[in-house]
Amino acid sequence: MTPIFELKQVGYKVDDQQILQQIDLTIQPGEFVTLAGPSGSGKSTLLRVLATLLTPTSGELWYNGQAQASYDKITYRREVSYCFQQPSLFGETVRDNLAFPFDIRKQAFDDTKATEALESVDLTASMLTKAITSLSGGEKQRVALIRNLLFPPKVLLLDEITTGLDGTTKAIVHRLINTMNQRGITVISVTHDEGEIAAASRLLQVVAGRLEVSADAK
Amino acid sequence: MQNNLIVSPTALTFAIILVAVALAINFKEHIGLEKDVLVGVIRAVIQLTVVGYVLTYIIKVDRVWLTLLMVAIIMLNAAWNARGRANGIPHAFVISLAAIATATILTLLLLVGAHAIAFVPSQVVPITGMIASNVMVATGLCYRSLNTSFHDQRQAVLERLALGADLKQASIVIVRTAIRTGMAPTVDSAKTVGLVSLPGMMSGLIFAGVDPTKAIMYQIMVTFMLLGATSLGSVIACYAAYPQFYNHDLQLR
Ligand SMILES: Nc1ncnc2c1ncn2[C@@H]1O[C@H](COP(=O)(O)OP(=O)(O)OP(=O)(O)O)[C@@H](O)[C@H]1O
Ligand SMILES: [Mg+2]
Repeated sequence: MTPIFELKQVGYKVDDQQILQQIDLTIQPGEFVTLAGPSGSGKSTLLRVLATLLTPTSGELWYNGQAQASYDKITYRREVSYCFQQPSLFGETVRDNLAFPFDIRKQAFDDTKATEALESVDLTASMLTKAITSLSGGEKQRVALIRNLLFPPKVLLLDEITTGLDGTTKAIVHRLINTMNQRGITVISVTHDEGEIAAASRLLQVVAGRLEVSADAK
Repeated sequence: MQNNLIVSPTALTFAIILVAVALAINFKEHIGLEKDVLVGVIRAVIQLTVVGYVLTYIIKVDRVWLTLLMVAIIMLNAAWNARGRANGIPHAFVISLAAIATATILTLLLLVGAHAIAFVPSQVVPITGMIASNVMVATGLCYRSLNTSFHDQRQAVLERLALGADLKQASIVIVRTAIRTGMAPTVDSAKTVGLVSLPGMMSGLIFAGVDPTKAIMYQIMVTFMLLGATSLGSVIACYAAYPQFYNHDLQLR
């Protein structure tokens, strides 16, 4: 099977600071990979490189058997969806946020689809008209997550999206992500959460910009 | 009508007292602008004297090429000044020139075509100056707004990009704000014109003894012209400038 990602000696450098170095990594389609490591070790940077928000300064990066650079960035980013650590919401209301994925695809807003998405994270359609400033942290995070999932991507890059959430909300988010993974979406998830690390099927450690492969946790 | 308009050298000398007032205030209150006040005064005297003689000559000679040259010089100068307000936006001079020249030339063509003004230097040059300087200010404001928004909303722009937005989709909110900012002074002054201030051109005409009802016709024209020109200039500047905030890989710089 063609790996979904193949990284060969990938490095990322800003000015003189080597943030990522010599990353060798192969990920198969449908895998669920957990990335852990100390703060500032380069986890977010690695996800951003995978998401084409940063271009590697060295090495080779293959996506689906083709050089990442050969893809049209916009198409690629719709397939490889990056969820930010501490996302920001757009516009005024929740609807503005869920409308964005439709807008950029020049499609009309689909109420049913949006409602289903909200329900998948235990929110309701009445949420649509809510002002983004009135949302709780957990609600914000869930709205941001379904914004990435309204048009299901092939790969989901999650940057500590459960950090700061209470147990119940965490469980809701995990449930959705697992469903997505079971449908074949490759998930690469950065986390500091003990539970998530313990439950990881494939755990990778990023330390000082390098990848350290741990023994399989499960 | 001519006689009461002459400001005699004696009168100007007396006006220096006003400069002295400004300087005195600066010293007393430790404002620290003495140097700028002096530089400003000296520059104003020199620049205006030169311009006065140049205009006299241009108006006397009345050659099309000379008038056009003057128009070009005004636009280049305005673009250079606007570039100075871009704070590092790449290609700011070219962008400013495109915005200022397009807005100025189109507005001039329209005014001349509609016989609102005649193609004589005494009308074309001052009108060009008026349009170009307003568009210059508008473009400068647009740049400042773009710089601030791209800085403050960096995260939101990144998120839009990550969701697969193209550059326009990722920036449109910022671009709209910038265009609005660029147009705001002109729109505001259109709203208060006559109530708060009598604008320069109208005041000048009334000074020169023109019937105020005639003077307002000109002012209305100027107001329309500046609205059109600053909108056009702001739109061109913002649409040309926002892609400069991204690199080839559709990433924020
Ligand atoms: N654009 C940049 N310019 C300079 N340094 C940067 C840049 N982006 C990231 N860094 C540095 O790179 C290192 C890795 O940052 P990164 O955000 O990837 O860490 P992280 O592993 O995600 O940390 P955390 O767990 O705290 O989120 C940090 O030292 C950071 O300061
Ligand atoms: Mg991080």
